[in-house]
Amino acid sequence: MLAYTVRRIFGMIPSLLLASVIVFSFIHLIPGDPAQMMLGDLATPSQVDALREAMGLNRPFYVQYFIWLSGVVRGDFGQSIFFNQPVLSVIADRAETSVLLALLSITIVILIGIPVGVLSAIKHNSRLDQAVSALSMFFASIPTFWLGLNFMALFSVTLGWFPTSGFPSILQSGDWSNIRYLILPAITLAAPNSALIVRLTRSSMLDVSNADYVKTARAKGLLDWRVNMRHIFRNSLVAVVSALGFTFVALVAGAVVTETVFSLPGVGRLVVESLLRRDYPTIQGIILVVAFLYMAINLLVDLSFALLDPRIRYS
Amino acid sequence: MAGDIVSINNLRVSFPSESARIYPVDGVSLKILKGETLGLVGESGCGKSMTSLALMGLLPRPLGRVDGGEIIFKGRNLIGIADAEMAKVRGRDISMIFQDPMTSLNPVYTVGDQIIEAIQAHERVPRTEARRVAVDMLRKVGIPSPEKRIGDYPHLMSGGMRQRVMIAMALSLKPELLIADEPTTALDVTIQAQILYLMNDLRRDLGMSILLITHNMGLVAENADRIAVMYAGRILEEAPTKGLFASPLHPYSRGLLDSIPRMTGGGDKLQSIPGMVPPLNDLPKGCKFFGRCARSTEPCETKEPPLFQKGEGHSVRCWLYEE
Repeated sequence: MLAYTVRRIFGMIPSLLLASVIVFSFIHLIPGDPAQMMLGDLATPSQVDALREAMGLNRPFYVQYFIWLSGVVRGDFGQSIFFNQPVLSVIADRAETSVLLALLSITIVILIGIPVGVLSAIKHNSRLDQAVSALSMFFASIPTFWLGLNFMALFSVTLGWFPTSGFPSILQSGDWSNIRYLILPAITLAAPNSALIVRLTRSSMLDVSNADYVKTARAKGLLDWRVNMRHIFRNSLVAVVSALGFTFVALVAGAVVTETVFSLPGVGRLVVESLLRRDYPTIQGIILVVAFLYMAINLLVDLSFALLDPRIRYS
Repeated sequence: MAGDIVSINNLRVSFPSESARIYPVDGVSLKILKGETLGLVGESGCGKSMTSLALMGLLPRPLGRVDGGEIIFKGRNLIGIADAEMAKVRGRDISMIFQDPMTSLNPVYTVGDQIIEAIQAHERVPRTEARRVAVDMLRKVGIPSPEKRIGDYPHLMSGGMRQRVMIAMALSLKPELLIADEPTTALDVTIQAQILYLMNDLRRDLGMSILLITHNMGLVAENADRIAVMYAGRILEEAPTKGLFASPLHPYSRGLLDSIPRMTGGGDKLQSIPGMVPPLNDLPKGCKFFGRCARSTEPCETKEPPLFQKGEGHSVRCWLYEE
């Protein structure tokens, strides 16, 4: 298992290289000039040229790529054009919000999605199940900005339970009560994802419940709850855990809309803003970091399968 | 009767279909005597598995249900008792093994865990004690070095081994009745004989009865004391094994026996019963075998025959034997 893990970690390198080539090429295909953007409309062409020269934008595309790559290998992702800071520190500043938000909402997804899915599967075709189906269809379909704004209007403005927007850093202030800023966004993000996990848990439990070994479990004289939990639920976990892994990554990097609605300084917004600013190094850095996160979570999910199903052995 | 373990009377099982409810089991009466093996034979879809599932209280919920009749086990009607009560009967008094041992064990638990779980579902014994019983049972069913194999996951075992584990699990609480639903159909021919030999051995040891469900006439010929032939949800003929093989009365039973390939003689064509089993929502009005029967007469089309007694323990549902 250890050997397998090491092999998988080394196996990430070609994938990351490929991702970096693609990202680098696509970004440079986008029209727009960072030097022009930085200097503004009033800059003279010679000023712009000078800056382009200084930033290395005049060099051939592949030379730029290798200069960038050799920095990345040494842990230097370059300077953000907009912030004029190292890219990694720009990402790190935003990562706190995104990671906390993702952790909070994946917790909600697990606490709601799995139990409701289990209940819905056990009582399938009942009124309860139909109500759950309708609700999860609703939450899976409504846009997050609508849900977020309505939550804000109800819980922040009318009831005053939560702050409306922003997120003062916990790391800098040491004040954990700031977590309350993230509760509404976390619920907003959790809503559609919980709905999906409810449906997935329900359907994979129903699949498993037709298995022969479930009939065996009943024939042994086990009580329903034991059959449901120990035999059906336990075997449907593989599908649910892998979905949770991908959901987590999507929550870290893909929460643009929610971050915008609640004015949170997160990674998702950083991507969009950097794109608009043609801040190449930052975009490249984020995408590479997210790609790495994705592969790492993927590896963790795969390794967890070995715990969930003894037939799966890595060697 | 004194020797009954189970007596099924007029059992009806129904399922919903597009138009009306269908009856995969319709008016089945059977007795299983103490210590005997009763063979229940018939083609797929004749209702033999449904009969056994009804006996276990395991009809597919919520669609299937018992619509009438009774199942008397040890003086108590099992139809309509509470789920929790029925769960106490399952696995302790009546056990069951299934057709496909490859899929009948839960892949994520060791075979030991699964046997121990069965024991602890019924007896308040510490795990170490349950484990000791499990090892004993594994030894009894012929698993080599059971102390070691008890920690194996099912995927590490062959089909024959897994069926042995299923038998060990089913018999760990010494039930009075073992229902074996096609227990060897999914196994290699060489393993089939071993498993049946093992089941017969344990039957004598434990003094239990076996309900052997199969479509294989050869199997019941060797292993059953009595045979009931089922067709379209009904018992068509019931007789001691010897009697049935010596003189099958019902044309359907005869057809089944004639379809057994014989090694004698030259290149005879393999016999088969013409036609197909009618769908349950479109059964003949009279005798259910009408239309496939070469010897049908006038009343067969309109009136369903009752069971006629023909000699000791031999009954047949056919107008040919009307007194």
